[in-house]
Amino acid sequence: MTWLRSDRRAMVSLAFLVILIGVALLAPVVSPYAPNEQDLSATLEPASAAHLLGTDDLGRDTLSRLIWGARSSLYASILAVLIAVLIGVPVGLAAGLGGKWADIGISRTIDALLSFPAITLAVGVTGVLGVGLTNGMIAVGITFSPQLARLVRSRTLVGRGELYVDAARVYNASPLRIALRHVLPNAMPPVIVQISLLLAGALLAEAALSFLGLGVQPPTASWGAMLARAYNYMDVAPAQMYPPGVAVLLTAMAFNALGESMRSLLDPMARR
Amino acid sequence: MPDKLSTRVRLLRDRLLQAVPVLVVATFIVFALLHLTPGDPAIALAGEAPTPAHLAEIRQFYGLDQPFIGQYGLWLWNAAHADLGRSMFSGEPVVTTIVHDLPYTLLVVAYALLLSIAIGVPLGVAAAAREGSALDVAVTSLSSAGVAVPYFWFAMILVSIFALQLGWFPATGAVPFSQDPVGALRSATLPSIALSSFGMAEIMRQLRAALVEVLSSPYVRTLRAKGLSSRSILWKHGLRNVGITVLTVIGLLFNRMLGATVVVEAVFAIPGIGSDIAQAAVNKDYPMIQGAVFALALIVIAANLLIDILYTVLDPRVTR
Repeated sequence: MTWLRSDRRAMVSLAFLVILIGVALLAPVVSPYAPNEQDLSATLEPASAAHLLGTDDLGRDTLSRLIWGARSSLYASILAVLIAVLIGVPVGLAAGLGGKWADIGISRTIDALLSFPAITLAVGVTGVLGVGLTNGMIAVGITFSPQLARLVRSRTLVGRGELYVDAARVYNASPLRIALRHVLPNAMPPVIVQISLLLAGALLAEAALSFLGLGVQPPTASWGAMLARAYNYMDVAPAQMYPPGVAVLLTAMAFNALGESMRSLLDPMARR
Repeated sequence: MPDKLSTRVRLLRDRLLQAVPVLVVATFIVFALLHLTPGDPAIALAGEAPTPAHLAEIRQFYGLDQPFIGQYGLWLWNAAHADLGRSMFSGEPVVTTIVHDLPYTLLVVAYALLLSIAIGVPLGVAAAAREGSALDVAVTSLSSAGVAVPYFWFAMILVSIFALQLGWFPATGAVPFSQDPVGALRSATLPSIALSSFGMAEIMRQLRAALVEVLSSPYVRTLRAKGLSSRSILWKHGLRNVGITVLTVIGLLFNRMLGATVVVEAVFAIPGIGSDIAQAAVNKDYPMIQGAVFALALIVIAANLLIDILYTVLDPRVTR
Protein backbone atom coordinates (compact mmCIF):
# COMPACT_ATOMS: atom_id res chain seq x y z
CA MET A 1 0.00 0.00 0.00
CA THR A 2 3.03 2.27 -0.12
CA TRP A 3 1.98 2.71 -3.71
CA LEU A 4 -1.08 4.73 -2.64
CA ARG A 5 0.94 6.92 -0.32
CA SER A 6 3.28 7.89 -3.12
CA ASP A 7 0.51 8.65 -5.62
CA ARG A 8 -1.79 11.31 -4.24
CA ARG A 9 -4.14 11.26 -7.22
CA ALA A 10 -4.72 7.54 -6.86
CA MET A 11 -5.27 7.88 -3.12
CA VAL A 12 -7.82 10.66 -3.55
CA SER A 13 -9.55 8.61 -6.27
CA LEU A 14 -9.71 5.52 -4.11
CA ALA A 15 -11.05 7.50 -1.15
CA PHE A 16 -13.68 9.08 -3.41
CA LEU A 17 -14.78 5.69 -4.72
CA VAL A 18 -14.94 4.14 -1.26
CA ILE A 19 -17.10 7.01 -0.01
CA LEU A 20 -19.28 6.81 -3.12
CA ILE A 21 -19.83 3.08 -2.70
CA GLY A 22 -20.56 3.63 1.00
CA VAL A 23 -23.12 6.33 0.18
CA ALA A 24 -24.70 4.13 -2.49
CA LEU A 25 -25.00 1.18 -0.09
CA LEU A 26 -26.39 3.40 2.67
CA ALA A 27 -28.78 5.23 0.31
CA PRO A 28 -31.90 4.44 2.39
CA VAL A 29 -30.21 5.97 5.45
CA VAL A 30 -28.36 8.95 4.02
CA SER A 31 -30.69 10.25 1.34
CA PRO A 32 -32.89 13.07 2.69
CA TYR A 33 -36.00 11.99 0.74
CA ALA A 34 -37.30 8.82 -0.88
CA PRO A 35 -36.03 8.79 -4.49
CA ASN A 36 -39.50 8.63 -6.04
CA GLU A 37 -41.27 10.92 -3.59
CA GLN A 38 -43.02 13.51 -5.74
CA ASP A 39 -44.04 17.00 -4.76
CA LEU A 40 -45.87 18.48 -7.73
CA SER A 41 -46.12 21.83 -5.99
CA ALA A 42 -42.32 22.14 -6.04
CA THR A 43 -41.12 21.05 -9.50
CA LEU A 44 -37.81 22.13 -11.09
CA GLU A 45 -36.92 24.19 -8.03
CA PRO A 46 -33.46 25.68 -7.70
CA ALA A 47 -31.20 24.63 -4.84
CA SER A 48 -32.56 25.50 -1.40
CA ALA A 49 -32.18 24.46 2.23
CA ALA A 50 -34.98 21.91 1.82
CA HIS A 51 -33.60 20.57 -1.47
CA LEU A 52 -29.82 21.03 -1.56
CA LEU A 53 -29.59 20.33 -5.30
CA GLY A 54 -33.12 21.40 -6.24
CA THR A 55 -35.90 19.22 -7.61
CA ASP A 56 -36.69 17.58 -10.95
CA ASP A 57 -39.74 17.96 -13.20
CA LEU A 58 -41.86 15.82 -10.87
CA GLY A 59 -40.72 17.60 -7.74
CA ARG A 60 -38.42 14.79 -6.67
CA ASP A 61 -35.38 15.71 -4.61
CA THR A 62 -32.33 15.76 -6.91
CA LEU A 63 -29.80 14.96 -4.18
CA SER A 64 -31.78 11.87 -3.12
CA ARG A 65 -32.07 10.70 -6.71
CA LEU A 66 -28.37 11.31 -7.19
CA ILE A 67 -27.60 9.08 -4.19
CA TRP A 68 -30.01 6.35 -5.32
CA GLY A 69 -28.79 6.80 -8.88
CA ALA A 70 -25.26 5.99 -7.71
CA ARG A 71 -26.62 2.54 -6.84
CA SER A 72 -27.96 1.80 -10.33
CA SER A 73 -25.01 3.40 -12.08
CA LEU A 74 -22.37 1.57 -10.04
CA TYR A 75 -24.30 -1.71 -10.13
CA ALA A 76 -24.60 -1.36 -13.91
CA SER A 77 -20.89 -0.65 -14.39
CA ILE A 78 -19.82 -3.54 -12.20
CA LEU A 79 -22.26 -5.92 -13.92
CA ALA A 80 -21.03 -4.93 -17.38
CA VAL A 81 -17.37 -5.34 -16.45
CA LEU A 82 -18.09 -8.65 -14.70
CA ILE A 83 -19.68 -9.96 -17.90
CA ALA A 84 -16.74 -8.68 -19.94
CA VAL A 85 -14.35 -10.53 -17.60
CA LEU A 86 -16.39 -13.74 -17.63
CA ILE A 87 -16.37 -13.78 -21.43
CA GLY A 88 -13.06 -12.12 -22.22
CA VAL A 89 -10.69 -13.95 -19.86
CA PRO A 90 -11.59 -17.56 -20.81
CA VAL A 91 -11.71 -16.64 -24.50
CA GLY A 92 -8.31 -14.96 -24.28
CA LEU A 93 -6.84 -17.98 -22.48
CA ALA A 94 -8.31 -20.32 -25.10
CA ALA A 95 -6.78 -18.24 -27.90
CA GLY A 96 -3.39 -18.25 -26.24
CA LEU A 97 -3.32 -21.92 -25.28
CA GLY A 98 -5.67 -23.63 -27.71
CA GLY A 99 -3.31 -23.97 -30.65
CA LYS A 100 -2.88 -22.19 -33.95
CA TRP A 101 -6.38 -22.54 -35.38
CA ALA A 102 -8.18 -21.62 -32.19
CA ASP A 103 -5.95 -18.56 -32.02
CA ILE A 104 -6.64 -17.52 -35.62
CA GLY A 105 -10.37 -18.03 -35.27
CA ILE A 106 -10.63 -16.17 -31.98
CA SER A 107 -8.28 -13.37 -33.04
CA ARG A 108 -10.25 -12.64 -36.21
CA THR A 109 -13.49 -12.66 -34.21
CA ILE A 110 -11.93 -10.19 -31.77
CA ASP A 111 -10.79 -7.98 -34.67
CA ALA A 112 -14.27 -8.10 -36.16
CA LEU A 113 -15.97 -7.26 -32.85
CA LEU A 114 -13.59 -4.36 -32.33
CA SER A 115 -14.60 -2.99 -35.74
CA PHE A 116 -18.03 -2.25 -34.34
CA PRO A 117 -18.16 1.04 -32.47
CA ALA A 118 -18.74 -0.27 -28.93
CA ILE A 119 -21.66 1.95 -28.00
CA THR A 120 -23.37 1.30 -31.33
CA LEU A 121 -23.15 -2.44 -30.91
CA ALA A 122 -24.35 -2.13 -27.31
CA VAL A 123 -27.33 -0.04 -28.43
CA GLY A 124 -28.08 -2.54 -31.19
CA VAL A 125 -27.81 -5.57 -28.90
CA THR A 126 -29.98 -3.87 -26.27
CA GLY A 127 -32.57 -3.15 -28.96
CA VAL A 128 -32.60 -6.81 -29.91
CA LEU A 129 -32.55 -8.20 -26.34
CA GLY A 130 -35.14 -5.70 -25.15
CA VAL A 131 -34.61 -2.50 -23.18
CA GLY A 132 -33.73 -2.52 -19.49
CA LEU A 133 -30.70 -1.92 -17.33
CA THR A 134 -29.62 -5.57 -17.07
CA ASN A 135 -29.97 -6.25 -20.81
CA GLY A 136 -28.19 -3.00 -21.57
CA MET A 137 -25.27 -3.91 -19.35
CA ILE A 138 -25.09 -7.44 -20.78
CA ALA A 139 -24.75 -5.75 -24.16
CA VAL A 140 -22.04 -3.40 -22.88
CA GLY A 141 -20.24 -6.33 -21.27
CA ILE A 142 -20.29 -8.25 -24.55
CA THR A 143 -18.91 -5.28 -26.47
CA PHE A 144 -16.14 -4.75 -23.88
CA SER A 145 -15.10 -8.42 -23.74
CA PRO A 146 -12.92 -8.45 -26.90
CA GLN A 147 -10.58 -5.86 -25.36
CA LEU A 148 -9.98 -8.12 -22.37
CA ALA A 149 -9.73 -11.22 -24.54
CA ARG A 150 -7.04 -9.56 -26.66
CA LEU A 151 -5.10 -8.52 -23.56
CA VAL A 152 -5.30 -11.96 -21.91
CA ARG A 153 -4.33 -13.62 -25.19
CA SER A 154 -1.17 -11.58 -25.57
CA ARG A 155 -0.21 -12.16 -21.92
CA THR A 156 -0.89 -15.87 -22.33
CA LEU A 157 1.36 -16.06 -25.38
CA VAL A 158 4.15 -14.62 -23.25
CA GLY A 159 3.34 -16.76 -20.22
CA ARG A 160 3.05 -20.11 -21.93
CA GLY A 161 6.73 -20.05 -22.89
CA GLU A 162 7.87 -19.62 -19.28
CA LEU A 163 10.00 -22.29 -17.71
CA TYR A 164 7.55 -23.03 -14.90
CA VAL A 165 4.82 -23.67 -17.47
CA ASP A 166 7.08 -26.16 -19.26
CA ALA A 167 7.80 -27.73 -15.90
CA ALA A 168 4.09 -28.09 -15.16
CA ARG A 169 3.64 -29.70 -18.54
CA VAL A 170 6.39 -32.18 -17.78
CA TYR A 171 4.59 -33.07 -14.56
CA ASN A 172 1.54 -33.87 -16.68
CA ALA A 173 -0.60 -31.07 -15.31
CA SER A 174 -3.90 -30.83 -17.18
CA PRO A 175 -4.26 -27.99 -19.70
CA LEU A 176 -7.00 -26.47 -17.53
CA ARG A 177 -4.73 -26.55 -14.49
CA ILE A 178 -1.89 -24.99 -16.46
CA ALA A 179 -4.21 -22.26 -17.71
CA LEU A 180 -5.70 -21.44 -14.32
CA ARG A 181 -2.78 -22.04 -11.97
CA HIS A 182 0.25 -21.09 -14.02
CA VAL A 183 -0.71 -18.79 -16.88
CA LEU A 184 -3.67 -16.81 -15.60
CA PRO A 185 -2.07 -15.44 -12.40
CA ASN A 186 0.62 -13.76 -14.49
CA ALA A 187 -1.92 -12.32 -16.88
CA MET A 188 -3.97 -10.83 -14.04
CA PRO A 189 -2.17 -7.59 -13.17
CA PRO A 190 -2.77 -5.91 -16.56
CA VAL A 191 -6.30 -7.32 -16.51
CA ILE A 192 -6.93 -5.59 -13.19
CA VAL A 193 -5.67 -2.31 -14.67
CA GLN A 194 -7.98 -2.80 -17.64
CA ILE A 195 -10.92 -3.57 -15.33
CA SER A 196 -10.47 -0.23 -13.64
CA LEU A 197 -10.39 1.58 -17.00
CA LEU A 198 -13.37 -0.43 -18.26
CA LEU A 199 -15.39 0.53 -15.17
CA ALA A 200 -15.07 4.15 -16.29
CA GLY A 201 -16.13 3.16 -19.81
CA ALA A 202 -19.09 1.15 -18.49
CA LEU A 203 -20.22 4.07 -16.36
CA LEU A 204 -20.28 6.30 -19.44
CA ALA A 205 -22.05 3.56 -21.40
CA GLU A 206 -24.75 3.21 -18.72
CA ALA A 207 -25.28 6.95 -18.78
CA ALA A 208 -25.51 6.89 -22.59
CA LEU A 209 -27.92 3.94 -22.75
CA SER A 210 -30.16 5.31 -20.01
CA PHE A 211 -30.05 8.72 -21.70
CA LEU A 212 -31.42 7.06 -24.84
CA GLY A 213 -34.13 5.34 -22.78
CA LEU A 214 -32.61 1.90 -23.33
CA GLY A 215 -31.20 1.38 -19.85
CA VAL A 216 -32.86 2.11 -16.54
CA GLN A 217 -36.64 2.45 -16.83
CA PRO A 218 -38.69 5.06 -14.94
CA PRO A 219 -39.14 5.71 -12.11
CA THR A 220 -35.77 4.16 -11.14
CA ALA A 221 -33.02 6.76 -10.82
CA SER A 222 -29.67 6.44 -12.54
CA TRP A 223 -27.27 9.19 -13.49
CA GLY A 224 -27.96 8.68 -17.18
CA ALA A 225 -31.71 8.70 -16.67
CA MET A 226 -31.41 11.91 -14.64
CA LEU A 227 -29.46 13.50 -17.49
CA ALA A 228 -32.20 12.48 -19.92
CA ARG A 229 -34.88 14.19 -17.79
CA ALA A 230 -32.73 17.25 -17.28
CA TYR A 231 -32.26 17.41 -21.07
CA ASN A 232 -36.02 17.68 -21.58
CA TYR A 233 -36.26 20.65 -19.23
CA MET A 234 -32.97 22.24 -20.19
CA ASP A 235 -34.51 25.57 -21.20
CA VAL A 236 -36.41 26.03 -17.91
CA ALA A 237 -34.02 24.48 -15.39
CA PRO A 238 -30.52 24.19 -16.88
CA ALA A 239 -29.00 23.68 -13.42
CA GLN A 240 -30.59 20.21 -13.16
CA MET A 241 -28.14 18.70 -15.63
CA TYR A 242 -25.05 19.49 -13.54
CA PRO A 243 -25.33 17.12 -10.53
CA PRO A 244 -25.61 13.85 -12.51
CA GLY A 245 -23.07 15.02 -15.12
CA VAL A 246 -20.49 15.97 -12.51
CA ALA A 247 -21.13 12.67 -10.69
CA VAL A 248 -20.38 10.66 -13.85
CA LEU A 249 -17.34 12.81 -14.66
CA LEU A 250 -15.75 12.52 -11.21
CA THR A 251 -16.44 8.80 -10.86
CA ALA A 252 -15.07 8.02 -14.33
CA MET A 253 -11.99 10.15 -13.60
CA ALA A 254 -11.46 8.25 -10.35
CA PHE A 255 -11.64 4.83 -12.07
CA ASN A 256 -9.25 6.06 -14.78
CA ALA A 257 -6.78 7.57 -12.31
CA LEU A 258 -6.74 4.37 -10.28
CA GLY A 259 -6.20 2.26 -13.39
CA GLU A 260 -3.42 4.45 -14.69
CA SER A 261 -1.71 4.56 -11.33
CA MET A 262 -1.75 0.76 -11.14
CA ARG A 263 -0.46 0.58 -14.70
CA SER A 264 2.55 2.75 -13.95
CA LEU A 265 3.17 0.63 -10.87
CA LEU A 266 3.32 -2.49 -13.05
CA ASP A 267 5.37 -0.88 -15.78
CA PRO A 268 8.22 1.04 -14.18
CA MET A 269 9.32 2.28 -17.61
CA ALA A 270 6.12 4.26 -17.94
CA ARG A 271 6.43 5.79 -14.48
CA ARG A 272 7.14 9.47 -14.61
CA MET B 1 13.70 1.32 -55.57
CA PRO B 2 11.78 -1.61 -57.01
CA ASP B 3 12.73 -3.83 -54.08
CA LYS B 4 11.16 -1.56 -51.51
CA LEU B 5 8.08 -1.10 -53.66
CA SER B 6 7.46 -4.79 -53.91
CA THR B 7 7.74 -5.13 -50.12
CA ARG B 8 5.15 -2.41 -49.84
CA VAL B 9 2.85 -4.04 -52.35
CA ARG B 10 3.19 -7.36 -50.59
CA LEU B 11 2.37 -5.68 -47.29
CA LEU B 12 -0.74 -4.07 -48.73
CA ARG B 13 -1.85 -7.35 -50.22
CA ASP B 14 -1.39 -9.13 -46.87
CA ARG B 15 -3.31 -6.41 -45.14
CA LEU B 16 -6.17 -6.64 -47.64
CA LEU B 17 -6.28 -10.40 -47.20
CA GLN B 18 -6.39 -9.97 -43.43
CA ALA B 19 -9.42 -7.72 -43.74
CA VAL B 20 -11.41 -10.42 -45.53
CA PRO B 21 -11.91 -12.79 -42.56
CA VAL B 22 -12.67 -9.79 -40.33
CA LEU B 23 -15.33 -8.71 -42.80
CA VAL B 24 -16.80 -12.21 -42.96
CA VAL B 25 -16.94 -12.52 -39.17
CA ALA B 26 -18.47 -9.03 -38.96
CA THR B 27 -21.26 -10.01 -41.35
CA PHE B 28 -21.87 -13.13 -39.29
CA ILE B 29 -22.10 -11.10 -36.08
CA VAL B 30 -24.61 -8.72 -37.67
CA PHE B 31 -26.59 -11.63 -39.06
CA ALA B 32 -26.57 -13.42 -35.71
CA LEU B 33 -27.87 -10.28 -33.93
CA LEU B 34 -31.39 -11.12 -35.07
CA HIS B 35 -31.16 -14.54 -33.49
CA LEU B 36 -30.58 -12.98 -30.08
CA THR B 37 -34.27 -12.04 -30.06
CA PRO B 38 -36.25 -14.01 -27.57
CA GLY B 39 -38.51 -16.44 -29.46
CA ASP B 40 -39.28 -16.74 -33.16
CA PRO B 41 -37.43 -14.13 -35.26
CA ALA B 42 -40.27 -14.13 -37.79
CA ILE B 43 -42.73 -12.96 -35.14
CA ALA B 44 -40.21 -10.40 -33.92
CA LEU B 45 -39.75 -9.13 -37.48
CA ALA B 46 -43.46 -9.01 -38.21
CA GLY B 47 -44.15 -6.53 -35.43
CA GLU B 48 -47.50 -6.40 -33.70
CA ALA B 49 -50.43 -8.65 -34.69
CA PRO B 50 -48.99 -10.29 -37.82
CA THR B 51 -51.18 -12.14 -40.32
CA PRO B 52 -50.13 -15.69 -41.27
CA ALA B 53 -49.52 -14.49 -44.85
CA HIS B 54 -47.23 -11.73 -43.62
CA LEU B 55 -45.32 -14.20 -41.45
CA ALA B 56 -44.88 -16.55 -44.41
CA GLU B 57 -43.59 -13.68 -46.52
CA ILE B 58 -41.05 -12.71 -43.86
CA ARG B 59 -39.95 -16.32 -43.41
CA GLN B 60 -39.33 -16.50 -47.12
CA PHE B 61 -37.44 -13.20 -47.42
CA TYR B 62 -35.12 -14.01 -44.52
CA GLY B 63 -35.03 -17.71 -45.37
CA LEU B 64 -36.16 -18.50 -41.83
CA ASP B 65 -37.50 -21.86 -43.03
CA GLN B 66 -33.95 -22.85 -44.00
CA PRO B 67 -31.16 -24.13 -41.75
CA PHE B 68 -29.07 -21.51 -39.95
CA ILE B 69 -26.18 -21.55 -42.43
CA GLY B 70 -28.58 -21.24 -45.35
CA GLN B 71 -30.15 -18.19 -43.72
CA TYR B 72 -26.70 -16.67 -43.33
CA GLY B 73 -25.93 -17.37 -46.98
CA LEU B 74 -29.13 -15.69 -48.03
CA TRP B 75 -28.42 -12.69 -45.81
CA LEU B 76 -24.92 -12.39 -47.31
CA TRP B 77 -26.30 -12.71 -50.84
CA ASN B 78 -28.85 -9.97 -50.18
CA ALA B 79 -26.27 -7.76 -48.44
CA ALA B 80 -23.89 -8.16 -51.38
CA HIS B 81 -26.72 -6.86 -53.56
CA ALA B 82 -27.18 -3.87 -51.25
CA ASP B 83 -30.40 -5.29 -49.86
CA LEU B 84 -30.54 -5.16 -46.07
CA GLY B 85 -34.31 -5.49 -45.88
CA ARG B 86 -36.91 -2.88 -45.09
CA SER B 87 -37.38 -0.87 -41.94
CA MET B 88 -40.28 -2.31 -39.94
CA PHE B 89 -41.11 1.19 -38.88
CA SER B 90 -40.97 3.35 -42.01
CA GLY B 91 -41.19 0.61 -44.63
CA GLU B 92 -38.26 2.21 -46.48
CA PRO B 93 -35.40 0.02 -47.69
CA VAL B 94 -32.73 0.10 -44.97
CA VAL B 95 -29.98 0.86 -47.50
CA THR B 96 -31.84 3.94 -48.77
CA THR B 97 -32.15 5.32 -45.24
CA ILE B 98 -28.47 4.65 -44.51
CA VAL B 99 -27.25 6.30 -47.70
CA HIS B 100 -29.49 9.28 -47.01
CA ASP B 101 -28.52 9.72 -43.34
CA LEU B 102 -24.85 8.80 -43.35
CA PRO B 103 -23.55 12.18 -44.66
CA TYR B 104 -24.88 14.00 -41.55
CA THR B 105 -23.00 11.61 -39.30
CA LEU B 106 -19.78 11.66 -41.33
CA LEU B 107 -19.78 15.47 -41.43
CA VAL B 108 -19.94 15.68 -37.63
CA VAL B 109 -17.26 13.01 -37.18
CA ALA B 110 -14.90 14.55 -39.76
CA TYR B 111 -15.38 18.01 -38.25
CA ALA B 112 -14.76 16.62 -34.76
CA LEU B 113 -11.59 14.82 -35.88
CA LEU B 114 -10.25 18.03 -37.46
CA LEU B 115 -11.02 20.01 -34.30
CA SER B 116 -9.36 17.35 -32.15
CA ILE B 117 -6.22 17.44 -34.28
CA ALA B 118 -6.14 21.23 -34.55
CA ILE B 119 -6.32 21.65 -30.77
CA GLY B 120 -4.81 18.40 -29.53
CA VAL B 121 -1.61 18.33 -31.59
CA PRO B 122 -0.19 21.78 -30.66
CA LEU B 123 -1.12 21.33 -27.00
CA GLY B 124 0.31 17.82 -26.85
CA VAL B 125 3.58 18.94 -28.47
CA ALA B 126 3.84 22.01 -26.25
CA ALA B 127 3.25 19.93 -23.11
CA ALA B 128 5.94 17.42 -24.11
CA ALA B 129 8.40 20.20 -24.95
CA ARG B 130 8.00 21.72 -21.49
CA GLU B 131 7.53 18.61 -19.40
CA GLY B 132 6.59 19.43 -15.82
CA SER B 133 5.73 23.07 -16.58
CA ALA B 134 2.44 24.71 -15.62
CA LEU B 135 1.30 24.26 -19.21
CA ASP B 136 2.10 20.55 -19.05
CA VAL B 137 0.12 20.17 -15.83
CA ALA B 138 -2.82 22.04 -17.38
CA VAL B 139 -2.76 19.91 -20.55
CA THR B 140 -2.48 16.68 -18.55
CA SER B 141 -5.40 17.63 -16.30
CA LEU B 142 -7.48 18.74 -19.28
CA SER B 143 -6.90 15.43 -21.04
CA SER B 144 -7.78 13.32 -18.00
CA ALA B 145 -11.03 15.29 -17.67
CA GLY B 146 -11.62 15.03 -21.42
CA VAL B 147 -11.44 11.24 -21.56
CA ALA B 148 -13.81 10.90 -18.60
CA VAL B 149 -16.40 13.55 -19.44
CA PRO B 150 -19.75 12.17 -20.59
CA TYR B 151 -19.64 13.75 -24.04
CA PHE B 152 -23.42 14.02 -24.36
CA TRP B 153 -23.54 15.89 -21.07
CA PHE B 154 -20.86 18.22 -22.42
CA ALA B 155 -23.09 18.54 -25.49
CA MET B 156 -25.99 19.60 -23.26
CA ILE B 157 -23.83 22.25 -21.58
CA LEU B 158 -22.83 23.58 -25.01
CA VAL B 159 -26.47 23.75 -26.10
CA SER B 160 -27.50 25.46 -22.90
CA ILE B 161 -24.80 28.14 -23.20
CA PHE B 162 -24.14 28.68 -26.90
CA ALA B 163 -27.54 27.88 -28.37
CA LEU B 164 -30.17 28.66 -25.73
CA GLN B 165 -28.49 31.56 -23.90
CA LEU B 166 -26.23 33.18 -26.51
CA GLY B 167 -28.00 32.00 -29.66
CA TRP B 168 -24.76 31.63 -31.62
CA PHE B 169 -25.60 28.20 -32.98
CA PRO B 170 -28.84 26.33 -33.62
CA ALA B 171 -29.78 24.07 -30.69
CA THR B 172 -31.01 21.19 -32.81
CA GLY B 173 -31.33 19.96 -36.37
CA ALA B 174 -28.99 19.61 -39.31
CA VAL B 175 -28.77 20.96 -42.86
CA PRO B 176 -27.55 18.87 -45.81
CA PHE B 177 -24.02 19.95 -46.68
CA SER B 178 -24.76 19.75 -50.42
CA GLN B 179 -27.55 22.31 -50.14
CA ASP B 180 -26.08 24.80 -47.70
CA PRO B 181 -22.45 24.15 -46.69
CA VAL B 182 -22.24 27.11 -44.31
CA GLY B 183 -25.49 26.24 -42.57
CA ALA B 184 -24.43 22.60 -42.38
CA LEU B 185 -21.14 23.51 -40.71
CA ARG B 186 -22.92 25.88 -38.34
CA SER B 187 -25.30 23.17 -37.13
CA ALA B 188 -22.47 20.64 -36.97
CA THR B 189 -20.24 22.88 -34.83
CA LEU B 190 -21.63 22.18 -31.35
CA PRO B 191 -21.99 18.41 -31.90
CA SER B 192 -18.43 18.32 -33.21
CA ILE B 193 -17.07 20.23 -30.23
CA ALA B 194 -18.89 17.77 -27.96
CA LEU B 195 -17.27 14.81 -29.71
CA SER B 196 -13.86 16.43 -29.74
CA SER B 197 -13.91 16.59 -25.91
CA PHE B 198 -12.53 13.07 -25.74
CA GLY B 199 -10.90 13.33 -29.17
CA MET B 200 -8.49 16.10 -28.33
CA ALA B 201 -7.92 14.65 -24.87
CA GLU B 202 -6.83 11.35 -26.38
CA ILE B 203 -4.57 13.04 -28.96
CA MET B 204 -2.94 15.29 -26.36
CA ARG B 205 -2.36 12.39 -23.98
CA GLN B 206 -0.89 9.94 -26.44
CA LEU B 207 1.13 12.52 -28.35
CA ARG B 208 2.61 13.91 -25.16
CA ALA B 209 3.53 10.41 -23.98
CA ALA B 210 5.10 9.50 -27.34
CA LEU B 211 7.14 12.69 -27.56
CA VAL B 212 8.30 12.57 -23.95
CA GLU B 213 9.59 9.08 -24.70
CA VAL B 214 11.41 10.29 -27.83
CA LEU B 215 12.92 13.23 -25.98
CA SER B 216 14.29 10.99 -23.23
CA SER B 217 15.72 8.44 -25.68
CA PRO B 218 19.50 7.97 -25.92
CA TYR B 219 19.81 9.37 -29.44
CA VAL B 220 18.11 12.60 -28.45
CA ARG B 221 20.44 12.85 -25.47
CA THR B 222 23.33 12.57 -27.91
CA LEU B 223 21.88 15.28 -30.10
CA ARG B 224 21.45 17.48 -27.07
CA ALA B 225 25.03 16.81 -26.03
CA LYS B 226 26.04 17.99 -29.49
CA GLY B 227 24.38 21.29 -28.65
CA LEU B 228 21.03 21.09 -30.42
CA SER B 229 18.16 22.83 -28.65
CA SER B 230 15.09 20.89 -27.53
CA ARG B 231 13.02 22.85 -29.99
CA SER B 232 15.03 21.92 -33.06
CA ILE B 233 15.23 18.30 -31.94
CA LEU B 234 11.49 18.29 -31.57
CA TRP B 235 11.02 19.76 -35.04
CA LYS B 236 13.48 17.51 -36.82
CA HIS B 237 13.01 14.22 -35.00
CA GLY B 238 9.67 14.47 -33.28
CA LEU B 239 7.55 15.26 -36.32
CA ARG B 240 7.53 11.79 -37.75
CA ASN B 241 6.42 10.52 -34.36
CA VAL B 242 3.68 13.10 -34.34
CA GLY B 243 2.39 11.81 -37.66
CA ILE B 244 2.41 8.17 -36.63
CA THR B 245 0.95 8.73 -33.19
CA VAL B 246 -1.81 10.96 -34.54
CA LEU B 247 -2.62 8.40 -37.20
CA THR B 248 -2.95 5.63 -34.61
CA VAL B 249 -5.14 7.77 -32.39
CA ILE B 250 -7.29 8.83 -35.34
CA GLY B 251 -8.02 5.18 -36.10
CA LEU B 252 -9.17 4.67 -32.53
CA LEU B 253 -11.08 7.94 -32.40
CA PHE B 254 -12.88 7.42 -35.68
CA ASN B 255 -14.40 4.24 -34.28
CA ARG B 256 -15.29 5.84 -30.94
CA MET B 257 -16.69 9.01 -32.48
CA LEU B 258 -18.89 7.09 -34.90
CA GLY B 259 -20.25 5.21 -31.90
CA ALA B 260 -20.69 8.36 -29.84
CA THR B 261 -22.86 9.92 -32.55
CA VAL B 262 -25.59 7.52 -31.39
CA VAL B 263 -26.01 9.68 -28.29
CA VAL B 264 -24.80 13.05 -29.55
CA GLU B 265 -27.19 12.98 -32.49
CA ALA B 266 -30.00 12.37 -30.02
CA VAL B 267 -29.02 15.51 -28.09
CA PHE B 268 -28.98 17.66 -31.22
CA ALA B 269 -31.81 15.87 -33.07
CA ILE B 270 -29.49 15.23 -36.04
CA PRO B 271 -31.15 12.80 -38.48
CA GLY B 272 -27.93 10.80 -38.95
CA ILE B 273 -27.21 7.11 -38.75
CA GLY B 274 -26.66 7.31 -34.98
CA SER B 275 -30.23 8.51 -34.50
CA ASP B 276 -31.39 5.72 -36.79
CA ILE B 277 -29.79 3.10 -34.55
CA ALA B 278 -31.07 4.66 -31.32
CA GLN B 279 -34.61 4.92 -32.69
CA ALA B 280 -34.47 1.45 -34.20
CA ALA B 281 -33.37 0.06 -30.82
CA VAL B 282 -36.31 1.73 -29.05
CA ASN B 283 -38.78 0.61 -31.78
CA LYS B 284 -37.35 -2.93 -32.07
CA ASP B 285 -36.83 -2.27 -35.78
CA TYR B 286 -34.51 -5.26 -36.32
CA PRO B 287 -33.60 -4.83 -40.00
CA MET B 288 -32.69 -1.19 -39.34
CA ILE B 289 -30.56 -2.13 -36.31
CA GLN B 290 -28.75 -4.80 -38.34
CA GLY B 291 -28.26 -2.58 -41.37
CA ALA B 292 -27.02 0.49 -39.53
CA VAL B 293 -24.68 -1.46 -37.25
CA PHE B 294 -23.33 -3.28 -40.29
CA ALA B 295 -22.81 -0.04 -42.23
CA LEU B 296 -20.78 1.46 -39.38
CA ALA B 297 -18.66 -1.68 -39.05
CA LEU B 298 -17.96 -1.60 -42.80
CA ILE B 299 -16.87 2.03 -42.57
CA VAL B 300 -14.59 1.29 -39.61
CA ILE B 301 -13.00 -1.70 -41.37
CA ALA B 302 -12.39 0.44 -44.48
CA ALA B 303 -10.95 3.26 -42.37
CA ASN B 304 -8.61 0.88 -40.54
CA LEU B 305 -7.40 -0.43 -43.87
CA LEU B 306 -6.75 3.09 -45.13
CA ILE B 307 -4.84 3.93 -41.95
CA ASP B 308 -2.67 0.83 -42.30
CA ILE B 309 -1.86 1.88 -45.84
CA LEU B 310 -0.90 5.35 -44.64
CA TYR B 311 1.32 3.75 -42.00
CA THR B 312 3.42 2.06 -44.63
CA VAL B 313 3.89 5.45 -46.26
CA LEU B 314 4.74 7.29 -43.05
CA ASP B 315 6.80 4.78 -41.14
CA PRO B 316 9.78 3.28 -42.98
CA ARG B 317 10.15 0.69 -40.22
CA VAL B 318 6.87 -0.94 -41.24
CA THR B 319 8.23 -1.90 -44.65
CA ARG B 320 11.48 -3.25 -43.33
